[in-house]
Amino acid sequence: MASLKFNNIYLNDWFTVTGPLESNSKLKKIDLKMDDYYYGEKTFEKAEAKMQRVVMERLLEKNHLTNNDIDILVGGDLLDQITATNYAAMDIPISLIGIYSACATFPESLIIGSMFLSDKNLKKVISITSGHNLGAEKQFRYPIEYGAPRPHTATFTSTAAISTLVGKETGKIKIESATIGKVTEMGIMDANNLGAVMAPAAARTLYEHLNDLKRDIDYYDLILTGDLGCIGSTIFKEYADKKYNLKIKKHLDAGCELYVKSQEVYAGGSGPACLPLVLFNKIMPMNKYKKILIIGTGALHSKTFVNQKSPIPAIAHAVSLEVL
Amino acid sequence: MVKIMNKTEYQKLVKELSPKEPKFRNAIVAFLVGGLLGFIGEVIINILMESFGLARVDSCMWLSFILILFSTFMTALGKFDNWVNKAKCGLIIPTTGFAHSVQSAALDYKKDGLVTGIGANIFKLAGSVILYGIVSAFFLCILKVVIYG
Repeated sequence: MASLKFNNIYLNDWFTVTGPLESNSKLKKIDLKMDDYYYGEKTFEKAEAKMQRVVMERLLEKNHLTNNDIDILVGGDLLDQITATNYAAMDIPISLIGIYSACATFPESLIIGSMFLSDKNLKKVISITSGHNLGAEKQFRYPIEYGAPRPHTATFTSTAAISTLVGKETGKIKIESATIGKVTEMGIMDANNLGAVMAPAAARTLYEHLNDLKRDIDYYDLILTGDLGCIGSTIFKEYADKKYNLKIKKHLDAGCELYVKSQEVYAGGSGPACLPLVLFNKIMPMNKYKKILIIGTGALHSKTFVNQKSPIPAIAHAVSLEVL
Repeated sequence: MVKIMNKTEYQKLVKELSPKEPKFRNAIVAFLVGGLLGFIGEVIINILMESFGLARVDSCMWLSFILILFSTFMTALGKFDNWVNKAKCGLIIPTTGFAHSVQSAALDYKKDGLVTGIGANIFKLAGSVILYGIVSAFFLCILKVVIYG
């Protein structure tokens, strides 16, 4: 069984910085906005590392904490060798666990952070993740980014960095339980339809979570998936119904909820930053939902494997949150 | 309660739920934009021939220079990406698309070093066009010799 229950672990605070497009999207209460994709640095990669460093520093500042108060930093991003996190952590003397699960990095970091906090000697963990549209384009897309027309199923990597403070003091959100997903692959090779790649993984994790914890789907006020996009969401609901007989009604997808239509981002947003961005800057200010299940979905996409005609595997991690 | 759904069934489901690309519309747009570009090119060629007294072959060459300069300049300003997206293949297939792809790669990798960055990556996309262009030219030449002697 890959589901865990946590006792007295809370998501105390967060800090977000958003890219130019995200700053003018459907989000509310953004902490910090970037004017351009360079963020005062010479390259996109350095900009992403700076974004992570800034959100970490500002989160500590906001909560009147110092580096010594934080036991462990858990985080990752989309660049090769998770360089944005590694370079950001270079200037911050906190022990680092670097992780990669593509766009499921955020829930994964929450799960790992919460597991560390189950140790009584550890008190506070910072979880961090980021995405940079142009950095990711350079990393993943075929073969260069030059504005080539894309199909309507394509998603757009969002630019943002988010740091979250996880601790044992009673805070705004309780991390109640979690399910670690399994790598799922349904034979989709199209890197322009990652929603279809990830939908089966999301449905599988949802099913296993409900099964493990003996819950009904109506237990949750909201099921928030990471970055399936608008088309991926339809596939997710249809697949969950057909395969697991789950009728998903209270569902939102972060990718589909992020951008406004005029921003022309095809099927919606994606990237590791997408889920926390929508959760903290859209869902939380609404004050509407109490029990939220977030399912981060990651396409474990490799350009090399796709070129070698291998299908794209996907993973999804679920974390159950209770807003206090 | 779990039902079996194999990969073929899933792929069928994905196909059903994914929107169809408006291929016909895209083709019309590309035809019109590409045609317009050709028309503008012809006008420029005639202007060059009339005003500068160039031979048609020379003005065609100058036209290529003008189009390449124009598209790389617009790529550098960040405009061309959006145009390509709207005009579909109408701007990619002509020489403007080639210039744009080279310029985009150069811009992407300009900070990664002259050899390891720009040098290694500038023909990332355009390299295939050059390679297969030469290969097909070779075979067409053989065909020409065989047929026409």
